[in-house]
Amino acid sequence: MKRHFLLYFLITLVGLIYIGRLYQLQIVKGRDFNPIKTSAVKITYDFPERGYIYDRNGELLVANQLSYDVMIVPNEVKTIDTLEFCSLLKITKEDFLKRYKKAENYAPWLASVFLKQLAKEDFAFLQEKLHKFEGFYIQKRIIRNYPLKSASNVLGYISEVNEETAKKDPYYEQGELIGAWGIEKQYENILRGVKGKKYLHRDRLNKIMGPFKEGIYDSETINGKDLTITIDSKLQQYGEFLMQGKRGGIVAIEPSSGEILSLITSPSYDPNRLVGRARSKNSVELFGDSINQPMMDRGLQFNYPPGSPFKLINALIGLQEGVIDENTHFYCYNGYRYGKRKHEFMECHSDMYGKPIRLNRAISKSCNSYFANTYKRIIEKNNQPEEGLNQWSEHVKSFGLGNYLGYDLPFGQRGFVPDGNYYNKMYPYKWNASTNISNAIGQGELLTTPIQLANITSAIANRGYFYTPHIVKKIDNKVITDSAYNIPKYTSIDKEHFEPVIEGMHEVFKSGTASWVKIDGIDMVGKTGTAENFTSINGKKIQLADHSILVAFAPKDDPKIAIAVFIENGGYGASVAAPITSLLIEKYLTGKVKRKWMEDLMIKKNLYSIYDRQTLD
Amino acid sequence: MRQEKTTIFFGIDWTLVLLFVVLVGFGWLNIYATSYSEENNQLLDFSTRHGKQLLWILLSIPLIILILFINAKFFQQFSSIFYIVSLLSLIGLFIFGKEINGAKSWYSFGVASIQPSEFAKAVTALALANLMSNRNYNLSLIKNQLKALIIIFLPAFLIALHDPGSALIYFGFFFVLNREGLTLAYILLGLASIVLFILTILLGVKSTIIFLFSIISVYFIYKLFKIKHFLRFNWLTILLIYSLSSIFILSADYSYNHILKKHQRDRFEVLLGRTSDTQQIGYNSTQSLQTISSGKFWGKGYLEGDKTQGNFVPEQDTDYIFSVVGEEWGFVGSSLLIILFMVLLFRILNRAEKHANKFGRIYGYGVASILFFHLIVNIGMVIGLLPTIGIPLPFISYGGSSLWGFTLLLFIFIKLDSQKSYDWW
Repeated sequence: MKRHFLLYFLITLVGLIYIGRLYQLQIVKGRDFNPIKTSAVKITYDFPERGYIYDRNGELLVANQLSYDVMIVPNEVKTIDTLEFCSLLKITKEDFLKRYKKAENYAPWLASVFLKQLAKEDFAFLQEKLHKFEGFYIQKRIIRNYPLKSASNVLGYISEVNEETAKKDPYYEQGELIGAWGIEKQYENILRGVKGKKYLHRDRLNKIMGPFKEGIYDSETINGKDLTITIDSKLQQYGEFLMQGKRGGIVAIEPSSGEILSLITSPSYDPNRLVGRARSKNSVELFGDSINQPMMDRGLQFNYPPGSPFKLINALIGLQEGVIDENTHFYCYNGYRYGKRKHEFMECHSDMYGKPIRLNRAISKSCNSYFANTYKRIIEKNNQPEEGLNQWSEHVKSFGLGNYLGYDLPFGQRGFVPDGNYYNKMYPYKWNASTNISNAIGQGELLTTPIQLANITSAIANRGYFYTPHIVKKIDNKVITDSAYNIPKYTSIDKEHFEPVIEGMHEVFKSGTASWVKIDGIDMVGKTGTAENFTSINGKKIQLADHSILVAFAPKDDPKIAIAVFIENGGYGASVAAPITSLLIEKYLTGKVKRKWMEDLMIKKNLYSIYDRQTLD
Repeated sequence: MRQEKTTIFFGIDWTLVLLFVVLVGFGWLNIYATSYSEENNQLLDFSTRHGKQLLWILLSIPLIILILFINAKFFQQFSSIFYIVSLLSLIGLFIFGKEINGAKSWYSFGVASIQPSEFAKAVTALALANLMSNRNYNLSLIKNQLKALIIIFLPAFLIALHDPGSALIYFGFFFVLNREGLTLAYILLGLASIVLFILTILLGVKSTIIFLFSIISVYFIYKLFKIKHFLRFNWLTILLIYSLSSIFILSADYSYNHILKKHQRDRFEVLLGRTSDTQQIGYNSTQSLQTISSGKFWGKGYLEGDKTQGNFVPEQDTDYIFSVVGEEWGFVGSSLLIILFMVLLFRILNRAEKHANKFGRIYGYGVASILFFHLIVNIGMVIGLLPTIGIPLPFISYGGSSLWGFTLLLFIFIKLDSQKSYDWW
């Protein structure tokens, strides 16, 4: 009888089971046990001050200000004089109760915000009496402040980190501040700095027992770095001033560096509206305005047909491909007939019936017939429309069209440049230049953003290359040396073909479509545009008032500024876009505007009667 | 019979003594870890828990010497008197007892309190050994089985009235009875009733009865086909089995829902995964498991366990002391401790088997069984395999009574063991 083996067996069995369980607990589960993520460790943060933002001339655009939140720990609230407290905070008793309930529902033992961003005067008053109200205390917060009330589309805004972001990025915790749009978003890591962390050892009752592991996990606070951006705030403000009453976008670039001098969108908003206590009310208003879309940057985020400025590209491609030269002439009979049927006719308002038209005149008078002929020659160069169109498409794309430009702002549009394949799909049987003749004059399938137009202008000003447009100039007062921004990108057009085109553009301001806005002493070079545009209402295609466009650079031989102005439904390019361009160039190059009459004319120009009518339709 | 002895240490199993010293020493280190703090690290400060425990340990030395002085035969001769005194001390609790932690199982003497149930274990083991080592004792007689059961049951019952958890370990004596010839069927029956109890809680009365009846029926049908004597089949027994099992299930359900107190029921609920409350009922258990897990393979190092230092696990120097080992000494340390306990148990059993007289052997088995049950219940609770039942980890947990109780238990065996080759009568 081996009776005594039972106990031996059971002891061994239990021993093995328990050791197995320990293996499961300590090795299997313990593997992903983070030593600092236990209830015994409390992390406290020291938030760095967010970096300031300056314009290219050192003007302060974004600063910080202190704000005071009234915090509450519901469990610690004793009987207080509610009436007095309410009058100090300037809230009603119902409001008080509502806020108290909310904090209590959140967690009675934790601190939560009772009243956000107290006014400075109220704070000073409250601080003296706060000792009477147990369970309440004041927490300082740093919020943004915008001294210039300008360039909100560029600067962007910061907002509280939401749950999703907090989960994705381990740096953030819900409720902290993060750059959410514009430069604040793009350069978040630079502006933000790094918050300091202190790991504290606490006991079961939440009592702090001292630093955790003598602070080996602690980290220092690193303050945010200041940023200098390429925007010229004087020009920016002046542009915003001129754009009142109009919708549209203006982009100005320094051709020799690709620095964005101005990025104006209209309508816009005062960036201070998204700060402080009115923020939530204002953001509902601003984000909810689907008609005016003040939160959108029309210079970067809206695709428009480029219109006549695109003729410059076609001229350059024609010259490069050798299908035209400076002296090639075409005749114009108030338009261009590209088919036998009656409607297959492109009108032209250049008013040069039956005369031979050469390149210079074609640009300055914006002759549709001339560019239709040129385009046909480019596309049907070898009687291979697909090949020709692909070649054309490559040339166009070399100017940065049809794709994101690569600038350092977190939003934009690609625009659109068709290629042969696109038309193969559209017209499976047969197509040729006549099928898409609208491309000759920047209508049709082509889409560009104003910044792409400005970039084309910059490339023409540089006679064949451009720098990627960018918004950052200095980080922490050191000039950036990013190769993405300081290596020129060459277009597929040779340098010598630019001169005749620029001469034509010069003529635009001397005797052409925009001659009435010329400035004495400044050689302006440019091209007007009037883009047709359509909307569809109830499935019906309806033509709206034309967009008014102008691209220009100046001075002609030493370009300091390249600019694209796009006014929605502004009519002829010459009528609205041209004077605004002229005024902006004058402002930028001379520092002041002498032609007050033109300025007044533009400020009074209000297009909202047109916009309202369109909306009503 | 030779009367002369050279010293009191003659014949002593030094392995057991060494194991005792190591366990008690290691236990004290862990108690120190739970009560240690920067400003509170004096070893002999008797206001602290580690200071007091050190005092209990020092005071256990005269106790050990006293035990070793006494002739082994004395323990057998006086076992009945010890037993009666022990029962009286348990009864006396009803009148003079002091309530600590909700259990009225302490005598208070001003500075210190004594828990008589801790000493009752050793005494019961002695009494049982005395009874069963009698030459005329035959365990196969029901009368004798009952006698043994009464000896075990009386102290267990008295303890259960104050502290049901501590009474559980008296089940351990079944191993002793089994060793001496009691059929294993009792233990199997006991196991079956535990399984049935849990099933009743988990599945409810109806499904358990259906489940059980179908198993029993299949068995009987199988038997019936084998025997093929339909009329001679013992129908009465079958009927009895059916009715007894249903009565058991019904009473299990009743006692679980009506006799067990809410906090006891809650412990079961958490363990069975029927409720997962990490803040209230399950707090101890959750914290204990997290604390052990965070120790990983090598542990965080002695006095480096942040959970231990932050007092996250309640009762950590008494019932939950194993979690300190888990956190600060890791998988290596806690496994080694389990192995150390296994070695201790094996050693006791091994020595007990070599005893020439039945008294020593039976007592040895009693010691091993009691220690074994403590280990199962205590460590099982701390590592989350058993419900929360507050009994100490032998030699390791804080507490003078428990330390002395186990010291008494072990050293009486060591003394008996030193004279095992003599026949005392």
